Amino acid sequence: MSSVASSKTVTVTVNGVEYEREVEARKLLIHFVRDDLDLTGSHIGCDTGNCGACSMLVNGQLVKSCMLLAIQADGATIETVEGLADGGELTRLQQSFSDHHALQCGYCTPGMLMSATALLREHPSPTDEQIRKGLQGNICRCTGYWNIFEAVKAAGA
Amino acid sequence: MLLREVEYAKPGSVADALAILREHDGARALAGGQTLINVMKARAASPDVLVDLNGLDDLKGIELAADGTLTIGAMATYTDVLASAEARARPILGEVCATIADVQVRNRGTIGGNVCSNDPTNHLPPLMAAVGARMTIAGESGERTVDAHDFFLGVYLTAVGPGELLTRISVPAGKQDGFAAVTLGADGTCIANAAASIDGGRVRVALGCVDAVPVVVTADGPEGVGAAVDAANLMPPFDVHASSEYRGHLARVLAIRAAEQAAGRS
Repeated sequence: MSSVASSKTVTVTVNGVEYEREVEARKLLIHFVRDDLDLTGSHIGCDTGNCGACSMLVNGQLVKSCMLLAIQADGATIETVEGLADGGELTRLQQSFSDHHALQCGYCTPGMLMSATALLREHPSPTDEQIRKGLQGNICRCTGYWNIFEAVKAAGA
Repeated sequence: MLLREVEYAKPGSVADALAILREHDGARALAGGQTLINVMKARAASPDVLVDLNGLDDLKGIELAADGTLTIGAMATYTDVLASAEARARPILGEVCATIADVQVRNRGTIGGNVCSNDPTNHLPPLMAAVGARMTIAGESGERTVDAHDFFLGVYLTAVGPGELLTRISVPAGKQDGFAAVTLGADGTCIANAAASIDGGRVRVALGCVDAVPVVVTADGPEGVGAAVDAANLMPPFDVHASSEYRGHLARVLAIRAAEQAAGRS
């Protein structure tokens, strides 16, 4: 019989670094990553699963980290926006966001980048429809999406 | 959002999960969490114990039998269905799963969670009713199987009782299916939806969003569907998105669209 507990020691690997922490069962993954691991690149936009600002890759799969408990991520390999640039060298996608002015306030950008990263891994040269579908879970209230779309398209070309 | 204090268990077997659900009055199964975690934030649900089903690998399979029956494990995600070659035996399943929310939600949300939450605006309850799915429920005394018709009992209420789990859904062979919806945004919440399936010349249409459970009507062909919906005397609920009358109108239009889509397939 597996045990029932209100907290547990979890081990996660985030952007290649292993962390071991005691977490309460009620803690959302986004709070764990931001508050306990001090990786504040991933944002909390809506806290209701709608906006996608907290998107990250868990075991290679794109998720909204406000709809996953930290305790559920025990043993997982996690990638966040901080893991994209390698030693300050922007990824092709990040550079493309800069080149295409794909952000204004930038609040949604960490989530957009992770969704687009997941998309480009699955479809290295995505169609327009695939880009739109791939970014569907991420809301931007500044850009009207057009420059984000262009940035992803250029990064995938 | 800080959730209310909760305990957590991640059982490694269905038997183990059932035992924990039985032993704790306030225990609740956690599938994909794409609904439950959010209603916990809103305190609309406050389980004492979350029984995480994500360790139950035998509930994640999608299998196709020789007679064409498709069996989908309750913990298969929408993404699993989209990626499954077997699931293409009944194409409507993947087509509908592709329109649920967004990539992130499809990666976590499960088939079992969708039907067990039985939100009247969900996509899968009417779809399962239309295709004649059968649900297998495990409990202390073993397994039982119920028809979709007997599975959906009320808003957020299904035949899965306390201490029980939905383990799998079987969908009979068939291809002449359709689905139509009017949603908030491209793949958003349904204001009204309808699923249709043609079997032996009869078309069966299940209407979502118009009552506590899917409303099933049948007709000899798509041309009879409008009259069949009229005869059902729908009294749909109203909200900020649609009056009762408008939602009823949408249901009729969508029923015909879904039936025509089904009839157009061979």
